[in-house]
Amino acid sequence: MSVLIDKFDVFAGGFWLTLQICVLAAIGALILGAVVAVLRISPVPPLRAVGTAYVNIFRNMPLTVVMFFAAFGLPALGSNADFLRIPGLDVVFRRLSTDLPYFRFALIALVLYTAAFVCEALRSGVNAVPAGQAEAARSLGLTFGQNLRYVVLPQSWKASVVPLGSVIIAMIKNSALVGFFGVVGDLSQTADQLTSAEGYAFIPVAIGISIGYLIMTVPLGALLDRIEKRQAVAR
Amino acid sequence: MRMKRMAAVAAAAALALGMTACGDNKGDEGTGSGSKSFAAGSTMERLSKAQKIKVGTKFDQPGFGLKGLSGKPEGFDVEVAKIIVKELGIPEDKIEYVETPSKVREDKIVDGSVDLVAATYTINDKRKERIAFAGPYYEAGQNILVKKDDTTITGPDSFQDGTKKVCSVTGSTPAEEIKKHVKDVATQLVLFDTYDKCRDALKGGQVDAVTTDNVILLGYVAKDEASFKLAGENFTKEPYGIGVKKEDTDFRNFINDVLEKAMQDGRWKKAWDDTAGKFGAQLGTAPTINRY
Amino acid sequence: MSQQNSVLYDVPGPRQRRITLISSLVATVVVLVGAYFLIYRPLSDKGQFSMELWGPLVDPGNENFSQVWDRIGLGLKNTLIAAALAIVSSLVVGTLIAVLRIQLKSLARRRYTGLATPVAYLLRGLNVLLSAVTRVCVEVFRGLPVVITIFFVARGFPEFGISWDNLWYLVIGLTIYNSVVIAEIIRSGMEGLPGGQAEAAAAIGLSPLQTTRMILLPQAFRIMLPALISQLVVVLKDTSLGFIISYEETLNIGKQIIGVLGNPIQVYVVIAVLFIAVNYSLSKLAQYVQHRLSRGRKTAGTPAQNPPPVALTSQAEGAGGGVI
Repeated sequence: MSVLIDKFDVFAGGFWLTLQICVLAAIGALILGAVVAVLRISPVPPLRAVGTAYVNIFRNMPLTVVMFFAAFGLPALGSNADFLRIPGLDVVFRRLSTDLPYFRFALIALVLYTAAFVCEALRSGVNAVPAGQAEAARSLGLTFGQNLRYVVLPQSWKASVVPLGSVIIAMIKNSALVGFFGVVGDLSQTADQLTSAEGYAFIPVAIGISIGYLIMTVPLGALLDRIEKRQAVAR
Repeated sequence: MRMKRMAAVAAAAALALGMTACGDNKGDEGTGSGSKSFAAGSTMERLSKAQKIKVGTKFDQPGFGLKGLSGKPEGFDVEVAKIIVKELGIPEDKIEYVETPSKVREDKIVDGSVDLVAATYTINDKRKERIAFAGPYYEAGQNILVKKDDTTITGPDSFQDGTKKVCSVTGSTPAEEIKKHVKDVATQLVLFDTYDKCRDALKGGQVDAVTTDNVILLGYVAKDEASFKLAGENFTKEPYGIGVKKEDTDFRNFINDVLEKAMQDGRWKKAWDDTAGKFGAQLGTAPTINRY
Repeated sequence: MSQQNSVLYDVPGPRQRRITLISSLVATVVVLVGAYFLIYRPLSDKGQFSMELWGPLVDPGNENFSQVWDRIGLGLKNTLIAAALAIVSSLVVGTLIAVLRIQLKSLARRRYTGLATPVAYLLRGLNVLLSAVTRVCVEVFRGLPVVITIFFVARGFPEFGISWDNLWYLVIGLTIYNSVVIAEIIRSGMEGLPGGQAEAAAAIGLSPLQTTRMILLPQAFRIMLPALISQLVVVLKDTSLGFIISYEETLNIGKQIIGVLGNPIQVYVVIAVLFIAVNYSLSKLAQYVQHRLSRGRKTAGTPAQNPPPVALTSQAEGAGGGVI
């Protein structure tokens, strides 16, 4: 068990890096997911087709494949994802602007993949708003945009919080894959490194890594349960 | 299910016995025959009786162990394993290959999922704590692969200024070695699960160098001479050994004998020339066996 | 979805139709031009469309074509085997966990009045303990990445002297995770049923276990079928993590093919297409089943008896979409 104490800084570093990826990816996925959701319900058919295709492609592909395309497809397209070297942001997220692009690639993969699920969560919220609400708004003469902004979205938001939360929890867990695609030092890669290269006993390392993930996922899950219960009562 | 499997094993064993018996009659150069008698209770006897062996090798290492389109692994490691297996009196087609990537090799030997490992497996003291090595059957050295037009990287010390980025494979000895030479692991080191990915990253310009054993790198140079070259000399010695269980000294000695014989009678040379030897003829010298 | 869309805006008039048409054309052109300059041009500049790279995958006349597809076929077979085993065992284990948790919950209300006080307290304490243990297990395994559970099983089991085929490590790793997810799906399905169902069962003298088995579980399965099918998609995608423990599924075989032919992007495109095709049909099946079920309910039951539509969609979508 001494590895947990001896290598505490390694575990903490891994936790911190995983947390950075998750925070950035969550923000990115929420934004992109919202955009795709708007595309999917927009009145313009080609945009709707793009949104639908996006969701169907990314939802049905293993994340491993998406990761691969980000890490090896983007370079083939001639991009090192330098647009993510956002000035200012790299004070906190230092990996964002290193010369090694794999942190950025992993981030892009997580955002692209998770956005499809975010879109579906948002859409399920929109679907949960009774049709009469939108019809009433339309009969008052509200346009598509106004209808969304003043009537549908404020109500759908409530119904999407819980599904959105589960999407984010799933994303935190999915971030364990980045260690296999060139990001050195996140929680899962740390486990690999400590057990296979440095020869530490497996069980204690496993416990340390599990705690790292559970710190992120369990409180979020508990929070969601509370929200869900409260909503159920309110209804 | 279980009965079926046992019946299948029995049938296979009977068949194999019949085949080897035939081999005996023809006087099969005295090498690959089942008539070999091994000391009772030894690993050799057990394997030879069972007519089945599990060999751990890599499935993604060009020249050494690469699973081809036929579904069978090919390469120098595989050929060396075949030489040993033949000496046990087991036909080639009774070998079951198990994929053993760098990080699980010791585990697989210790828990008995393989009988021996031939997988570009560097002999070192830390590994000797858990398992034992026969050999070496080849001596490689760590080197650095760079782009053809790169003159800034000349050796491992070129990474000390903290700007050059280098790629290797998780859990491998080269990865641990290069860590001593880089200034900041977070910004300079990339680890993948296969060297192919490292090569692609070098080609795409995401990293400046790939480091591992020279023979592996020479494989990439041979495939694409216009893009890659080696930077400088080998800076470590990587003797490849056959991994077996730690306490199994008899089996280790047996493998050492086989390897020595194969190096003398030309089977080693042929195996090398047919596989990794294609990457560079000057590398084909046999090392001396180290019996510890 | 078309219904929902038409709710958000009026049936377009002639002017609106013109605007839609124009913006459709503009959008199409923008998408196509963007795809050409950002994707097609760089790829063709790098020779990624050459027949040398694509040939073994798409040209039946290529010398490697049949071997490559034999290998991919084997990989697909292994993927499907692992997924099938994982989903079946997850269903069994998940159902057991769900029933156990429901039983414990209903037992928690019992006061064991007929028994001596210490025994009653012991039984109640045991009950609380068991609920806590199952709750913790569910939370922990739901909160761990599948990668980590698979990795743990494959590395941890041999430490206890258990050495099996990689297939079983993968199946167990997937089962640990998916069974608790399925347990939650089924449990929420049972709890979402109208309270009258359980009360009626109690009134005709069924025991709690009988109630669960004969009344609640069948209905919960029915309601949750779409979510369960979506979970199958998740399992299928997660089998691709087998590459971590050297299980020869589609992606791992792809890696080997790449090692020989040196065409990573092409092989991954083919694998992605295969996965999308299989999973898309499964998702469509889930949608179809959901459609059938909701239609069946509409005609059979009275609206008041139905669970609120919001709860249903959020559970179904949450399970299918949330637990990626």
